[in-house]
Amino acid sequence: MADPVLALDDLTVSLPAHGDRARAVENLSFTVGPGEIVCVVGESGSGKSVTAQAVMGLLPKGQLSLTGGSIRLLGDELATKSAAELRALRGSRMAMVFQEPMTALNPVIRIGDQIGEALEIHTSLSGADKRARVLDIMRAVQLPDVEALIDAYPHQLSGGQRQRVMIASAIILDPALLIADEPTTALDVTTQAQILRLIRELQVRRNTGVLFITHDFGVVADIAHRVVVMEKGRVVEIGAKEEVLRRPREAYTRMLIDAVPGLAPPARAAMDQSAVALETRSLSKIYSVGGGFLSLGKGRVVNAAKDVSLTVRRGETLGVVGESGSGKSTVARCVMRLIEPTGGDILVHGENIAHMSSSQLRAHRKRAQIVFQDPYRSLNPRRTIGEAIIEGPVNFGASREQATTRARELMALVGLSPDSLDRYPHQFSGGQRQRICIARALAMEPDILVADEAVSALDVSVQAQVLELLDDVRKRFDLAVLFITHDLRVAAQVCDRIVVMLKGEIVEQGPTAALFRAPQHDYTKKLFAAAPGRDYAFGGRT
Amino acid sequence: MIAYVLRRVLATIPVMLVVAVFVFLMLRLSPADPAAIIAGDSATTEQVAEIRSRLGLDQPILSQFVIWFGKLARGDLGESFFFKKSIVELIGERIEPTLSLAFVTIVLAVAIAIPLGVLAAYRQGSWVDRIVMGFSVLGFSVPVFVIGYLLIYLFAIKLGWLPVQGYQRIAQGVGGWLERLILPALTLSVIYVALVARMTRTSLLEVLSEDYIRTARAKGQIELKVLFRHALKNAAVPIVTVVGLGVALLIGGVVVTESVYTIPGLGRLTVDAVLARDYPVIQAVILLFSFVYVLINLLIDLSYTLFDPRIRY
Repeated sequence: MADPVLALDDLTVSLPAHGDRARAVENLSFTVGPGEIVCVVGESGSGKSVTAQAVMGLLPKGQLSLTGGSIRLLGDELATKSAAELRALRGSRMAMVFQEPMTALNPVIRIGDQIGEALEIHTSLSGADKRARVLDIMRAVQLPDVEALIDAYPHQLSGGQRQRVMIASAIILDPALLIADEPTTALDVTTQAQILRLIRELQVRRNTGVLFITHDFGVVADIAHRVVVMEKGRVVEIGAKEEVLRRPREAYTRMLIDAVPGLAPPARAAMDQSAVALETRSLSKIYSVGGGFLSLGKGRVVNAAKDVSLTVRRGETLGVVGESGSGKSTVARCVMRLIEPTGGDILVHGENIAHMSSSQLRAHRKRAQIVFQDPYRSLNPRRTIGEAIIEGPVNFGASREQATTRARELMALVGLSPDSLDRYPHQFSGGQRQRICIARALAMEPDILVADEAVSALDVSVQAQVLELLDDVRKRFDLAVLFITHDLRVAAQVCDRIVVMLKGEIVEQGPTAALFRAPQHDYTKKLFAAAPGRDYAFGGRT
Repeated sequence: MIAYVLRRVLATIPVMLVVAVFVFLMLRLSPADPAAIIAGDSATTEQVAEIRSRLGLDQPILSQFVIWFGKLARGDLGESFFFKKSIVELIGERIEPTLSLAFVTIVLAVAIAIPLGVLAAYRQGSWVDRIVMGFSVLGFSVPVFVIGYLLIYLFAIKLGWLPVQGYQRIAQGVGGWLERLILPALTLSVIYVALVARMTRTSLLEVLSEDYIRTARAKGQIELKVLFRHALKNAAVPIVTVVGLGVALLIGGVVVTESVYTIPGLGRLTVDAVLARDYPVIQAVILLFSFVYVLINLLIDLSYTLFDPRIRY
């Protein structure tokens, strides 16, 4: 085998004193060969991003430090290099693509200048040559209309295009090593599939070694040659993709793979006998962008939701599936009456709440509750979780004692200690916080629970537990659940029926099993085809 | 964009109207009598009454207002009671020193404050940061006149490097103009440096934790360019806002600074006019300051588009 592009040997990165562990990464050794894609997989806190930062020489100063081992790039030792020497290698011999293309690009600099920045730093090309190189690489990453796009700003591009810009700016000097840190996590599945294909093509053509960091086994299945599984800073298992995915040696790897929801829906009893709890009829929401006093041009009109009709029965989970901008969150917010729909009806137990005033809505608020995506931002950091849970019931007339007693019961129900009610959100992990959010929703004794991407921000193992909890409370309280998700695997596992949305409209709906077996609409088929890791049987759990 | 500017300019009309009414009423309701001040201590009641009727102060407030406002609408600011000449002419004479002082102050303040703020943010928590922030607190708390006299004592009297006071018109030579402006501008800029440096630091600290800063470093960009090209432009909007608001602060500061350094500008004119109860001058100067303030606010809002392409009007 050819000499490795990157060789890590016994790499150790120390955390500052009094953390929950002494080392972020411990005794890490693996290699990335030329033209090879090595996926580093692990849950949050496994040290996979720290590894990338250590290689790039970008460990946050004063917080993390390289305390042992060696990092060799093309045989050249990096661990002992000065800041200036590392800087000269960054962007030229090794480059990096980040997770969130919206925030990783500078919003106030033209994209041509951002792509060409590495040229300006590492070469002495003339302005015209630079521009030519930038246009070339923009074509290579298949950006459209490059002559116009070169002068655009990041906010004028779509998410997928932004990630292409990121990739272009990383590979413009043909680095030997490309580090991609969750490069598709923030993208829709169809866009993700395109970006993965692009990375693979470029990497083959240029013989680049790729260190690909991800938490998503579907992505691993699609792109990896070899896999490094990490847990709490240590390597659990290294092997060829087929080996690791089909015949994992370690229990931890097995657990992670089993926790990935499978694409085959389990059999579920139809719920068509129970009462309809929530119904929308021709629900629509129109936003007008621009327009107004003295601005002479007409504003643009966006149909965020158009003619959406759906029903959710008690004890049933209805999945709303779609990509970003499909209108699924708009539907959730209308149902919760966080926003007022432009037209149509929303019937909660037969009562139309679509255009109720805020005082009329007060009673309805108790019946429908929502759990949001990001458990880090949906709990007030300055209030204890006890206060968060009892606030709603107390607003509706419960005494503090009653509400607190109930909160203790709910904490036990969601699998947390009832004694931790006086703690603050930052003292809990992401999964625990999402359990708290569920407890907070349940405290209101709702009939309808809306889960808006409620498990999307969680690690697979935690995700599996929270999904189980949601399913458990649905049965226990006979809840009607509106489950908003972009993740087909999750939808397959928990939904009785699914509606697929595209550009504000429902394009297809039906029982989950039937929909997965025989999707009718072209878009649904495209969506299913783009789901990563289709050829591997994940979800041994079910 | 053009529609936006038009709308904003139209919106200044009611604002100026309210200011005009307010200033007019405030002066008429204050107890002092300009006629008595103009006539002097030895004047008889008849003389005072004669002056009062000549100035039109014996008419009802409403008709005084209608006369004044009618002239104002035609661009005539009236005549000073005290200086006995047209106010347009008076302001014309006094505006150069004030504009010069304001301009040099802003340039000086921005030139000092932004590098200091950037440095403090980059070396957050270090001794550089602490010194800059300590200076910033001090700059806020020491009154303008104290700083003024301290600087005069040190640089003009002890060291003899710069003139004690006075003003030289720019037409008589830029060297002399600048030489006489340095101390007053420095005096005025202290509070301003404190404010802008603090804002720059805070705004930059926020930006420095953004992902695109990491991206720039991942490309091998040097720190100086990471700070000034990638970070500062993103941090600019709050900084520009503070610089703009500081201009309003400056108007207050100019009054004191011009007195300390005996500069014949609008600040001095205001003080003299207030002491003499020179109603037309006070009204004109306050209207002018308000107009400048509204204009600066508009310019600030428009300048946002230069720094952030996402902002469009």
